[in-house]
Amino acid sequence: MPDDGIVIVGAGHAGFQLAASLRQHGYGGAITLIGDEPVLPYQRPPLSKDYLDGKIGLELLLMRPEAFYRDHRIGYLPGARVMEIDRAARAVRLATGERLSYSHLVLATGARNRVPPLPGIELDGVCYLRTLAETEELRERLAAAGRVVVIGAGFIGLEFAAVARAKGKHVHIVELVDRVMARVVSVPTSLFFAEAHRGAGVEFGFGAQAVRIAGHGGKVDHVDLAGGERLAADLVLVSVGVVPNTELAAASGLAVANGIVVDATLLTADPAISAIGDCATFPCVHAEGQQTRLEAVQNAADHARCVAERILGTPRPYTALPWFWSEQGKLRLQIAGLTTGHDQTVLRGDAESGEFSVFCYRDGQLLGIESVNRPADHAHARRLLAAGRQVRPDEAADASFDLRAAASARSA
Amino acid sequence: MPRVTYVAQDGKETTLDIPVDTTIMQAAILHGIDGIVAECGGSCMCATCHVYVRDDQLAMVSPVSADEDAMLEGTASPRRTNSRLSCQLIVSPAMDGLVVYLPETQT
Repeated sequence: MPDDGIVIVGAGHAGFQLAASLRQHGYGGAITLIGDEPVLPYQRPPLSKDYLDGKIGLELLLMRPEAFYRDHRIGYLPGARVMEIDRAARAVRLATGERLSYSHLVLATGARNRVPPLPGIELDGVCYLRTLAETEELRERLAAAGRVVVIGAGFIGLEFAAVARAKGKHVHIVELVDRVMARVVSVPTSLFFAEAHRGAGVEFGFGAQAVRIAGHGGKVDHVDLAGGERLAADLVLVSVGVVPNTELAAASGLAVANGIVVDATLLTADPAISAIGDCATFPCVHAEGQQTRLEAVQNAADHARCVAERILGTPRPYTALPWFWSEQGKLRLQIAGLTTGHDQTVLRGDAESGEFSVFCYRDGQLLGIESVNRPADHAHARRLLAAGRQVRPDEAADASFDLRAAASARSA
Repeated sequence: MPRVTYVAQDGKETTLDIPVDTTIMQAAILHGIDGIVAECGGSCMCATCHVYVRDDQLAMVSPVSADEDAMLEGTASPRRTNSRLSCQLIVSPAMDGLVVYLPETQT
């Protein structure tokens, strides 16, 4: 069979890492990496932190310089869109009409901003923070803004709020539920972060629903809340999560359910098509095998390595431990494991001191550990959880308990 | 600019002129040196920019911070006394001539 090579749709963390890993491990065929943005593949995490803040330029944001792609014979197509997958012919069709044949196709299409159906959402001054272009626009507008309203108190909203406050902007965060980062962290961690942001001067509205963004002359002027409150704003950041880019897969008949459905080896029902990163929902061993879709750099890169190894002849189920991080001003939050559904939290350290970890349990089983300014705990947590080891609640709470030794122990 | 030499697993040496106040990790990424992954982009979060500093040059680099010390516990290749995360090695004039060895694997 002729080898048409690997076609990768999407040039984010997952797509880039797959191309790099394939070459690193000696894949000799053609690799085509298709991105829909006009720039070389870049890192997303610094967008909401150092890049937004102007501390680093584009050259340090790029995954690798242009020469890397040439030296490693990775055909990078910027600003390109795939319109269709022809599974029978094993080819994709681009917006330009060009067709690319593949031996294996990897969908790394990522996710896009969720855009709430609010009146006024189209106004000038309503911003998002996911792509480089969005960040550059936001950075420019933030410099000129005085009053900022952030809709959604997730990682992105809070990271942005920290940068905006440090620049002296008035920041008000509107959050539908009763606490920050409710989807991903425990109550004690939520409370600590809300208090820290409040201490820095951020205002919060919890249980608050934006119902309208209003403007003057096409420019944002204020945000109306359900209770009648009106928040003046010359800049609105909408950070209410993302939706996975699954349309291409769905149109080609692949199963989609909050993500492109893949098996334990990240393969779709079509043996010539894999899906990785934010767009893929996979059976996760760290979530009792439930179909799980994660939005994380770690997940994207480890998915990519797993698929690269399969393509090179070493198939294995994907088992990497999920981990996440967020930097909000001086606060470093690191999470190891998936804590969804926990019914017990145990504090290690002292929240008052600003350095602590929260151990999250369900039915007495340790699910994951959130660390705030305690990177040692996080490092140990990753090794501990990856090895499937447990720490009892009373051990977790005991300051004299040696977490490092527990993480290094040879048996559970 | 201070010159720093990276030695790959196969012995291949690459010497770079690195601007003061940037990191050994950043220079490696900018120049496409294989063997430094830097998954977190230099936030001291991931331990995939691990290097070994030449033993007799340890005094040339800043001491290991508590954060870095913790993350070094999680490197994929064995941690040694000369292990560092290159995102934490901020280049200074005193580091001219430094040699760092790349580990077998970062992930």
